[in-house]
Amino acid sequence: MNIFELANPKRFLALSEKLLPWFWAAAVLTLASGLYLTFFGVPPDYQQGTTVKIMFIHVPAALVGEMAYGVMGVASLLGLVNRHPLADVAAKSAAPLGALFTALALITGSLWGKPMWGTYWVWDARLTSFLILFFLYLGYMALWNAIEDETRAARAAAILALVGVVDLPIIYFSVQWWNTLHQGESIFTGKIAPVFLWPLMLMMAGYVFLFGALWMVRIRTEILARRARALQLQGGGL
Amino acid sequence: MSSFYALLARDVRLATRAGGGAMLALAFFAAVAALVPLGVGADLKLLGRIAGGVLWVSAILAALLSLDRLFQADFEDGSLDLMAISPIGLETSAFAKIVAHWLTTGLPLTLLSPLLALLFNIPQPGYVPLILSLAIGTPAASAIGAVGAGLTMSVRRGGLILPLLILPLLAPAVIFGAGAVSAALDGLANGAMWLLSAFSLAAVVLSPFAAAASVRLNLAG
Repeated sequence: MNIFELANPKRFLALSEKLLPWFWAAAVLTLASGLYLTFFGVPPDYQQGTTVKIMFIHVPAALVGEMAYGVMGVASLLGLVNRHPLADVAAKSAAPLGALFTALALITGSLWGKPMWGTYWVWDARLTSFLILFFLYLGYMALWNAIEDETRAARAAAILALVGVVDLPIIYFSVQWWNTLHQGESIFTGKIAPVFLWPLMLMMAGYVFLFGALWMVRIRTEILARRARALQLQGGGL
Repeated sequence: MSSFYALLARDVRLATRAGGGAMLALAFFAAVAALVPLGVGADLKLLGRIAGGVLWVSAILAALLSLDRLFQADFEDGSLDLMAISPIGLETSAFAKIVAHWLTTGLPLTLLSPLLALLFNIPQPGYVPLILSLAIGTPAASAIGAVGAGLTMSVRRGGLILPLLILPLLAPAVIFGAGAVSAALDGLANGAMWLLSAFSLAAVVLSPFAAAASVRLNLAG
């Protein structure tokens, strides 16, 4: 099936209705088993002790926080180039979720930082770039709220999201250049022990499914809300 | 090309005459910078150390001041519609406006910075890098700011959300700009100045297109 066929809101509603239970089930299963392993399966780290368990809720949140911006960027591009209203709705719906997961990553990160680095907040590269990412989400949502006309707001927000997509790698690089204390990436370089890796993978999958499910719910709600508004206007306003 | 210069000259004239705000940005720059010693104390050694960052942040804030009216004023009186159908198009018009904004804010801020640097007691090796980094980096603030100005031009109080849109995007300019100064103070090799130049060049080249697109969507309603 062509992805653009999904641009029909009716078809999207039908498909997402079928997909949603599976996403919820997958999210619950992976999160439950991941959390069980986190609490009972993972041994304390030889350096970090039990605080290493914060990693399993922190790293996936950071992953989804970044992923949501990518998703938002792709949806914005489709909305801007192909003028699909559904793409606009998808981009709009991804932003608060991205902001939420980014905030979660910041909060769990600072709670992890207290026992590890001795302070809740350090101006380290990763933390700082996530704080900037959080502000980008806030700006995006603020712009969407500030412009009353919906299609105009969608296109303005899409341009902002695309400028952000271009600027984000530069921001990441510049902050990296500026200061680094956070440990480097250790999942794909194979520096993480399997006993930590599997629960982490499960939690990542769980967060991604959770994001997918929440995203679909938000898109559905937005479509239905717009329909309700259209009906209200047709009926002369209630 | 003459339309480009005509627009540039008009915007510079508007900004420098009464009510234009070019002088206000300068005064704001100096006032913000002057508040910092009141906040952190008069220790000249400390002030010399942080001056690069303080002046960079103040300069970015000062450049933001006049940005919200960059397109809005012309949008309200209809001149923007004429620019949209003029032979040079919106992209070149946006570029002219960016250049005019820089000539009336970024450039004066750069010229005032040595005086403030003196008040902050910046050590000798930091002088030239500070002035140079502001000269190289402030065009990025005007350029990226123009995108935000275009996006918020139909918003009645667009000046309020403009900083939230623009400041995170300008983080690299502040990092490399202030970094160039502190690298010079520490006697390190100054890669930051090159990175700042790259960022600024990219911003100046790409932003007119994004700004024109954002102006166009607001004109189309």
